[in-house]
Amino acid sequence: MGLFHKKSAQLGDSLNAASARTLDALTPAEESELFTFAEYRPEDAEKTGFSGYSYWRSTLRVFTRNKMAMLLLGVIVALLLFTFIQPYLPGQRDPVYINNDENGIQLINLRPNGEYWFGTNSIGQDLWSRVWSGTRTSLFIGFSVALWEVLVGILIGVLWGYVRRLDFLFTELYNIVDNIPQTIVLILFSYILRPGVGTLIFAMCLTGWLTMARFVRNQIVIIRDRDYNLASRCLGTPTRRIIVRNLLPYLVSVIMMRVAMAVPLAIGNEVFVTYIGLGLPVSTPSLGNLINQGRMIMMNPSLQYQLVFPTVVLCVITVSFYIIGNAFADAADPKNHVF
Amino acid sequence: MLVYSAKRLVRSLLTLIVIITVVFSLLRLMPVEGYFSNFEKMSEAQIQNGLRQMGLLDPLPVQLLGFFRQLVRGDLGVSNIYRMNVPITQIVAEKAPVSMLMGGMALCLSLVLGLPLGAAMARGKGRWLDKCGTAFVVLVQAVPSAVYYLIIQLYGTQLPGLPLPMLFRAENPLSWILPTFSLAIGNIAYYAMWLRRFMVDEMNKDYVTLARAKGVSSKRIIRSHIFRNAFVPLVQYLPTSFLITLMGSIYVESLYSVPGMGGLLVDVIQRQDNTVVQALVLIYASISIVGLLIGDLLMAVVDPRISLNKKEGAR
Repeated sequence: MGLFHKKSAQLGDSLNAASARTLDALTPAEESELFTFAEYRPEDAEKTGFSGYSYWRSTLRVFTRNKMAMLLLGVIVALLLFTFIQPYLPGQRDPVYINNDENGIQLINLRPNGEYWFGTNSIGQDLWSRVWSGTRTSLFIGFSVALWEVLVGILIGVLWGYVRRLDFLFTELYNIVDNIPQTIVLILFSYILRPGVGTLIFAMCLTGWLTMARFVRNQIVIIRDRDYNLASRCLGTPTRRIIVRNLLPYLVSVIMMRVAMAVPLAIGNEVFVTYIGLGLPVSTPSLGNLINQGRMIMMNPSLQYQLVFPTVVLCVITVSFYIIGNAFADAADPKNHVF
Repeated sequence: MLVYSAKRLVRSLLTLIVIITVVFSLLRLMPVEGYFSNFEKMSEAQIQNGLRQMGLLDPLPVQLLGFFRQLVRGDLGVSNIYRMNVPITQIVAEKAPVSMLMGGMALCLSLVLGLPLGAAMARGKGRWLDKCGTAFVVLVQAVPSAVYYLIIQLYGTQLPGLPLPMLFRAENPLSWILPTFSLAIGNIAYYAMWLRRFMVDEMNKDYVTLARAKGVSSKRIIRSHIFRNAFVPLVQYLPTSFLITLMGSIYVESLYSVPGMGGLLVDVIQRQDNTVVQALVLIYASISIVGLLIGDLLMAVVDPRISLNKKEGAR
């Protein structure tokens, strides 16, 4: 018994010595031999068990099954295309040109007819081309703000969530800044700066990304220390790769949702700012100032068409974005990928 | 709890100081017309003299310090264009009661209509009421508020058999209906959406199945089990709905010419009365800060499960 004890102690010592050697005395070359990145080879993957699962294909499949969203997607794509090719179609008028009849009298408040499809406004401008030009302006504002929100929101959110040292500072800053209502910032900056497309975009970009950044940050904090990320880090995966490959795919659905919401929100803000008198000048048609001009004469039933056309276009755009965004966010959530 | 409240209070104060500093400094960038009612007729010397009298030629930190001192005394300055030389506090005191009454009524109305709607939607999940309600929620959420306020004003005044006036008159109770409803509609949809979601979540939980197995009537389950549990997380949306009402009032009040603060803000922006704009922006910011503060504290009182000092999760 005693002998066995001694033997096993000796064995343990020699084992310890061996393991000590393997841990301490490895040269970098030896280490890199031990751990290498596994390359993806389809044939190797098939050996261990084959899954035809592809994230994007499943997302697409779930999304295309939603009839309503597909219909609205068609509508919005058609609308977008039309807005951009409309000025190049034959027989289009300049949105700011004041139309006169042959006697030089302004064609004001013409009801919709064969010549002026949406009629003319109170100073004789063609409402059809104004509506499309306005849609272009509003969509431009909407997409610019959404793009900025995504880029800055993700960047700041990732830094905030992943870099622990920044967390305290950013959280405190956020808690202070977040108490300021966005509408106030919007009013303040459009009041101080000269009205224009740039001003509006700037004022909306100032605070819009905050929500996005917090969203990304909270998600990252949740999944940052999951086992697969720890394993990745232990294997020496560079941080950038962890963020791009391991973390961001989790956020696709949230991000898409925010983008889809940011566009209608920006258009709505534009309408609001124009109403309180800080929006775009009438010489730059936008859905906001078209609706605002329509509002001024809306109590005259024969002129209500001037309010109806821009409002309908605006509602179609915002509702479509909302529904498509929701449908895509659902589809991008792996929980809904049923085979 | 006490520590949390104190922390939260300090943070709100900090926000307030930041906002005052930023607003004050930014508004110094405005053209000086906004300080004189008869700018066109004044000579250069008169302008400089007037500016010096208002202390606008001092270096910015000095002005800022003076402004803070003024604020502590409860003085917001005087209006220069909207009403010559009338203290802003006096103007606001005239305007605020209508706004507060209407906002309060709108918040109550949205709770009274929104909660039953959400509960009914959750109860008849997938049936026509749920579908109609969801369509309503989607429309209200997706269409910009500026647009549906207009639609309400346009078609609300044309209802057959009910002559709702277009413009607000404080003594005519009928004229309160449309603006109050306009203010409430966003929150009705908001409450209905969240209550429905939380109630549907609760319905799938085990204790509901148990209650059902015990033979508790479904009316009772809904009322005394599901609704109660679903109501607690709803509290966190109170501050947001408060903000929605506050910001909506700017638009709605001016649309119906309600003599309140929102209408006043639009008015002074269009007339470029710098001092009043500055004061109103600060008032609106402070109200929202206080609203968010109360909301957060309420949340802490209502739900003891929520750990307030946890590291993760901003707010």
